[in-house]
Amino acid sequence: MSTAAQQRRKERIDRGIKVRTDGLYALMSWRELSYLIAPRSILIVGLLILPLVMPGLYWPRVITIVCIYALLAMSFDFLAHYVGLVSLGGAFFVGVGSYLSAILNTSLGFPPLIAIPVATLAGGGICTLALLPCLPLRGVYFAIVTLMYPLFMARVIEALDIFGGTDGIMGIDSFPSAWVEQYGMIVVVLIFLFGLRRLVNTDLGLVLRAVKDNDQAVKASGMNITRYKALAVFIASAIGCLAGACLAHIYMWTGISTFALDFSVLPIAATVIGGSGTLVGPVLGCLILVPVSELLRDFGTLRIVFYSLILLAFVVFRSEGLMAYGQRKYHQFERWTQI
Amino acid sequence: MTAEPILQVKEVTKTFGGIIALNRVSFEVNSGEILGIIGPNGSGKTTIVNCVTGFIKATSGSICFRGDEITGKPPHKIADLGVTRTFQIMRPYYSLPAYKNLVIPLYSPRARRTGGWRGGGRLGDRNTVSIDILEEIGFERDSYVPYKTTSTLPTGYLKRLELARCLALKPEMIICDEVFSGLSMSEIASMVPLIERLQMDGITLIMIEHRLRELFQVANRIMVLNFGEKLVEGSAEEVMTDPRVKEAYFGSENVEEVMSHA
Repeated sequence: MSTAAQQRRKERIDRGIKVRTDGLYALMSWRELSYLIAPRSILIVGLLILPLVMPGLYWPRVITIVCIYALLAMSFDFLAHYVGLVSLGGAFFVGVGSYLSAILNTSLGFPPLIAIPVATLAGGGICTLALLPCLPLRGVYFAIVTLMYPLFMARVIEALDIFGGTDGIMGIDSFPSAWVEQYGMIVVVLIFLFGLRRLVNTDLGLVLRAVKDNDQAVKASGMNITRYKALAVFIASAIGCLAGACLAHIYMWTGISTFALDFSVLPIAATVIGGSGTLVGPVLGCLILVPVSELLRDFGTLRIVFYSLILLAFVVFRSEGLMAYGQRKYHQFERWTQI
Repeated sequence: MTAEPILQVKEVTKTFGGIIALNRVSFEVNSGEILGIIGPNGSGKTTIVNCVTGFIKATSGSICFRGDEITGKPPHKIADLGVTRTFQIMRPYYSLPAYKNLVIPLYSPRARRTGGWRGGGRLGDRNTVSIDILEEIGFERDSYVPYKTTSTLPTGYLKRLELARCLALKPEMIICDEVFSGLSMSEIASMVPLIERLQMDGITLIMIEHRLRELFQVANRIMVLNFGEKLVEGSAEEVMTDPRVKEAYFGSENVEEVMSHA
């Protein structure tokens, strides 16, 4: 049999089985197409019209905060679920990003739209270098050590009185307009959401997931797992730094409070509510948690109590996360309509 | 068959605290041959594999591959040189479909350089290459098996998958840690020709086995370990007739001799 014929045979065999096992199917009609596209477009359109239906001065700010937490939650979910590094260092990423962008803006005079990308990349580099020594750690140990970083940085800035000390850095330029701010954030969230989803399904993403599942076998395959972990940390920390840099320009101020543990903990809560490992779930979780936390402000100190109760209810009744639940129901719904 | 040694292990000692797992073990493997390593449980067979592949560091001694010192190098560097291993307890990526298991080694620097098993150069679609490898190693291409989730596969296929992971790197040497164990007689019968074919392809093999009959069928040389020390080395007949080997496996027939050892 000639090689060309062999090749054809292979392709013919593979195609048939792949179609049946991988859930790949030719899209036949608009109905089937819309089945795939509808949830995605609802998310995109929904996020894009949010600023239009939320006028006023207060709620647009909430939208941008949601976006910042959404970026952090995505980065947490990516690192925890696809690389196996449970990081409590979200606040560290935010702090580094916001201080970098603030310094670039106030000292070097970079406009926000240049300072933010530079702070994102440079911050990602700095965070990766800082976390490099703890990459061999696994599971809860990695979590504990990364929790130390934001606390450490806050104390260093306070004690050495660098970068404005306890006062922070003031007089940072804001975004050109509120619309740029809101739409910029929303578009960035969407880009990173779909970008990460694509990344985890490439061969590189597969290697990262393999590092999580079974690092011995990856080592035996001749790959340096520390390099891949570092790459993943760079991606996640760059996203965190981006969130931090945007935060600095939104508040026109940065300070020690950007190292506050809220930035580490709330994204985790959002991931739990939204469903870990889905990447969309954490975004959804932030869309619920942040506004709920704002609405509960009327209750004063009881706010934390209600907040905890809501979290508890989710963990008890929907521990798989909203997104996993929603996906299951959606597929069942599709079956139903077919029957 | 050329007789130049491809792997030289000299005086390797490994201690875990006070326990001496390997005591000055030396051996050589020639290019293209199959060396079998046997020994009772706890005799240090897997430890020697771990030392050679860098998963644990030898306390003293030296290991050379093709004349280059590889003692103390990290596992991924040693695998990158072409010394690959299978794990006694299989370590596939259980959550992935079987063929995706091979995409990961095919992503490694070595596979990119060599083009994967039988590959001549640049890798094409990694999914297709991995199914090619799986077909050669005994997964039926025209079935669902290569596409099934790895955790649902029977042991026989998992053992083959371990070998396939090594092959994806286009290895020079494969160290098989008990590829026959846990398999049925018919599965082993189909595995033996596979091993023979790997040797024909020019791959040097070290096989650690408890299934002596099948091992003797394929191995050129046998080395026996006992309590971390090399007992005998030689052909299958030499090893099997050696009284020290019998003693290690079955105990001494002579009661006084046992008492004097104790």
